[in-house]
Amino acid sequence: MELLYFARIREDIGQSSETISLPDTISDVSGLIDHLREQGENYQAAFKNETIIRVAVNQTYVDFDHPLVDNDEIAFFPPMTGG
Amino acid sequence: MKVQVQDQDFDIAAEIKELCGERTDIGAIVTFTGLVCDFHGNDKVQKMTLEHFPGMAEKQLEKICHTATERWPLQGGTVIHRYGPLLPGDQIVLVVILSAHREAAFNAAEFIMDWLKTNAPFWKKEQTSKGTHWVEAKDADLIKTKGWKE
Repeated sequence: MELLYFARIREDIGQSSETISLPDTISDVSGLIDHLREQGENYQAAFKNETIIRVAVNQTYVDFDHPLVDNDEIAFFPPMTGG
Repeated sequence: MKVQVQDQDFDIAAEIKELCGERTDIGAIVTFTGLVCDFHGNDKVQKMTLEHFPGMAEKQLEKICHTATERWPLQGGTVIHRYGPLLPGDQIVLVVILSAHREAAFNAAEFIMDWLKTNAPFWKKEQTSKGTHWVEAKDADLIKTKGWKE
């Protein structure tokens, strides 16, 4: 699956995108976040506070219990501040 | 409605002219322009960078405009949002709404701006004399957006 990171989360992780294969044990966004947190301190920093993380799957906003499949595009970003 | 996400500046008068053309049935034009202002609390803002999610940004703006056209009797509109490096005084966002009557035009323009602030994937980063920081989302904006729910 394709992971996209924007704004503060992109800076914390140190890259704007990456491709991973979805481990069998992960079924939803929440599980993916837990998995990513194990990938290093940069990921731990990026996903530290869940209240300031927003998620879009295939360009649609979803909640953390949204189910995932391997060809999904998952985007993580902070609350929006446009306008 | 026309939706554009671009790094270039926009010309308000040209956008209105393009939107109205030779039409004579339009009763009201409401425009809103958002600008980069040079203060953040007590700090002087030197520069702002707007990051966006290409593809999804356009999609969200189109969705917001579609909701507005279902809610009010509108005769057309344009929404332009910029991204990239900007300086104080630069234009960030434009909303132009046409309607036969002013009330619908005012309401739709305000609704689109309120929704856009909390639902369109754009992020502002400011550079001040103290360094750079990501602008934090305001609870007040979220409350304003929620206020439009019927």
